[in-house]
Amino acid sequence: MEKFTTVTGVALPLRRSNVDTDQIIPAVYLKRVTKTGFEDALFARWRADPDFVLNDPVYAGARVLVAGADFGTGSSREHAVWALRDYGFDVVLSPRFGDIFRGNSGKQGLLAGQISEADAQRLWDIIEADPGVELTVDLVSRTARVGALTVPFEIDDYTRWRLLEGLDDIGLTLRDESRIAEFESQREPWRPRTLPARQVSL
Amino acid sequence: MTDAPLPEERTRTLAEKVWDRHLVAKGENGTPDLIYIDLHLVHEVTSPQAFDGLRLAGRPVRRPDLTIATEDHNTPTLAIDRPIADLTSRTQIETLRRNCEEFGIRLHSLGDIEQGIVHVVGPQLGLTQPGITVVCGDSHTSTHGAFGAMALGIGTSEVEHVMATQTLSLKPFKTMAITVDGTLRPGVTAKDIILAVIAKIGTGGGQGYVLEYRGSAIRALSMEGRMTICNMSIEAGARAGMVAPDAITYDYLRGRAHAPEGQDWFDAVAYWDTLATDDGAVFDAEVFLDADTLEPFVTWGTNPGQGVSLSGDVPNPAGIVDANERSAAERALEYMDLAAGTPMKDIRVDTVFLGSCTNSRVEDLRAAAEIIRGRTLAPGVRMLVVPGSARVRIEAEAEGLDRIFTDFGAEWRFAGCSMCLGMNPDQLAPGERCASTSNRNFEGRQGKGGRTHLVSPLVAAATAIRGTLSSPWDLAQDGEKK
Ligand code: SF4
Repeated sequence: MEKFTTVTGVALPLRRSNVDTDQIIPAVYLKRVTKTGFEDALFARWRADPDFVLNDPVYAGARVLVAGADFGTGSSREHAVWALRDYGFDVVLSPRFGDIFRGNSGKQGLLAGQISEADAQRLWDIIEADPGVELTVDLVSRTARVGALTVPFEIDDYTRWRLLEGLDDIGLTLRDESRIAEFESQREPWRPRTLPARQVSL
Repeated sequence: MTDAPLPEERTRTLAEKVWDRHLVAKGENGTPDLIYIDLHLVHEVTSPQAFDGLRLAGRPVRRPDLTIATEDHNTPTLAIDRPIADLTSRTQIETLRRNCEEFGIRLHSLGDIEQGIVHVVGPQLGLTQPGITVVCGDSHTSTHGAFGAMALGIGTSEVEHVMATQTLSLKPFKTMAITVDGTLRPGVTAKDIILAVIAKIGTGGGQGYVLEYRGSAIRALSMEGRMTICNMSIEAGARAGMVAPDAITYDYLRGRAHAPEGQDWFDAVAYWDTLATDDGAVFDAEVFLDADTLEPFVTWGTNPGQGVSLSGDVPNPAGIVDANERSAAERALEYMDLAAGTPMKDIRVDTVFLGSCTNSRVEDLRAAAEIIRGRTLAPGVRMLVVPGSARVRIEAEAEGLDRIFTDFGAEWRFAGCSMCLGMNPDQLAPGERCASTSNRNFEGRQGKGGRTHLVSPLVAAATAIRGTLSSPWDLAQDGEKK
C-alpha cells in the first residue's frame, strides 16, 4: 500500500444520506473475480440518470467525495471501496460511516474521514458555488481545506498510522505469529472443526 | 485460553466474555486487539480476490480445518444440473471450486446436500456453537450470534487476513442490551420483533455496538427465531447480535454432524453455561420493547428502519422532524411509488418471496405452509419459495411442504440466496412490488427498479392469499365475514 499524507483534488458533492453499499455498487457487479476495473460500476444505477452529479463533466477526475451521513451502510462488499478507488477517489468525507465500510476503506488506502453535519453542509455549499474546486485533505493534521475553509475530520489513530506508513495488515499480524501458535496450542479440543467432514443422515 | 489476564473479577456481558476468551494479543496505545477466529465461512462472491492475495504473497490458508465454503449467492434455483447460464456467475463459482481445491478447503457445491446459504449451512452442520468467534465475508454473519457466538461480517481484505492468520485485528465494541419482555400474540414472530427494533433505533442506531437480545420474549423463541433476529442486527448498523445460549440452544445442537460428542459435549456445555451476561454487568446502552403489544410489522421505504405496524399507514414525510430523515422518506416514497397516508393493507403486491438467510429454514417454510394449506394464490401474484439449503429442501419435501406450496400455486425452487439480492436470474422487474421475507429493501436490491416490503413468513403467506399486504389476522376476519 502506498503511503498517504496529503491529497489535493477535485471535490464531488453527494448530497444524499444513507448511501448504502448496494447503491455504491449494485450486486450484479459483484460477479467479477478481479480486484480492479470496477470504475464503471460505481453508483451504476444512479449514473443512468444524466443529471446525477457524477455525470457532470465539471467534476471529472474527482478525488474527494463529500457525502451525507451513513455512507457505506449495508452489505459488507469491499467492492464498494474498490469501485471508489478505481474511479479515482482517495478520500470520502461523511458525518457517519457504516462500520464495515470504514474498516474496508482503511485496508485499501481509501481515507474515510468523519466530519460534522454542519461542516458537510459548508463543504457542499462551497463546492457547489465553485464546481470543480480542489480540496486538500491532510492526514497528518486531520483537516480538509477548500478555499478559506478548513474543517477537521476524525479517523482513528491506528488506521491513520497504517495509512501514513502504508502498512500491509497481514504482514503486521504475522509478526505476532508465535503468539497465534501459542494460542492455538491451548484451544479446547471440543471447539468445532470443519475437517474431517462429518455427516449425519436425515 | 490467553496469556492476557482474564478479568474474572469484574462482571461481564456475554460479548465481553467471548471476546476475552479469544484474545491472542491485547492492543496497546490505540492499536486493536488480535482476536482468534474459530470458524471461517466462505462463499463465491467475496473470496476470489482474497485467494488471489494469498497466492500473490505465497501464503497458505493457515487453518483449512476451521474453514468451510459453500455456493449460494450466484447459484440458480432452477435446472441446477445444467451449466450456469450466466457466464460471469459461472466463472465465479468455478473460481471458488478451483481455489478450494488448491488451498484444501472443504466445499459444498451445487447439488450437495449441505449446499445452501452460508448462514443456514453453518448452524445446520452444528459448526456454529456457543462461545465461538465466526466470521464470513458477508454482513449477515450476525445470524450465528443466535447461538451466543461472536459472529462478524467482514470485507474481502479481512477474509484474506483470516485465511492467512486465523485472526482479526479488532477494536473492542460497545455493548447494547435489547430487552424484549412479554409474550408474542399468535401471528407475531421474531421477524416482527427485529423490524420493530430497527424502526425504533434506526439503521445507524447500533453502530459500534454488539447487540445482546434478552428478555422473556427472546428466551421463548426457537433457534430459528433467534437466528432471524440476530441476522438483521446488521440492518440496525450493529457489528453483531447475540443471544445467550440455553437449553433451547443445546437441544438444537445435540446430534448435529459437528456438535461435540461424548465427554467433549459435557466439557463444552460446562463452558457454554458460563457465557450468560453476569448479573450486574453494565451495558453501554439499553433498549426496551414490549412483546405483548407488538403487531405484524412491515416496511414502507427503502431501508429496513422505515417500517410500521401492518395496521398503520404510509407515513407522511412532512411530519418527520429530522431533515435528513425527511428527505430520505420523500425519496423512498417516490421510489416505492406510495402516497403518504395509504393504509399499508391497501398495498398490492406482484410477487411474494419466501427465502433468504433471514427466513428460509424449515420452521419458516412450515409456518407459511400452515397458512396457505388448502388455499390458492391471489390472481396475478407469483410466489417464489426458496429453501435456505439443500438439506432444508429435502426436509421440507419429506414433510410434504413442497406439495402444499405447489398446490397453492407457488414455485418450489432449489436452495440459495436467490431473490434476496438478485445475483442469479431470480429478480424483480422494474416497478414490480414484492413482499419479501429477506432483510434488505434497498433500492434495486431485488432487481433494478424493484420495490420491496420486508415481512415475516406469516405475512408473506397471508399476502400471497389476499394479494395485498396482509397478516394471518386478516385471514381470520375474512373467514368471519363469509
Ligand atoms: S440470503 Fe441474502 S442476505 Fe443472506 S447471505 Fe444471501 S444474499 Fe446475503
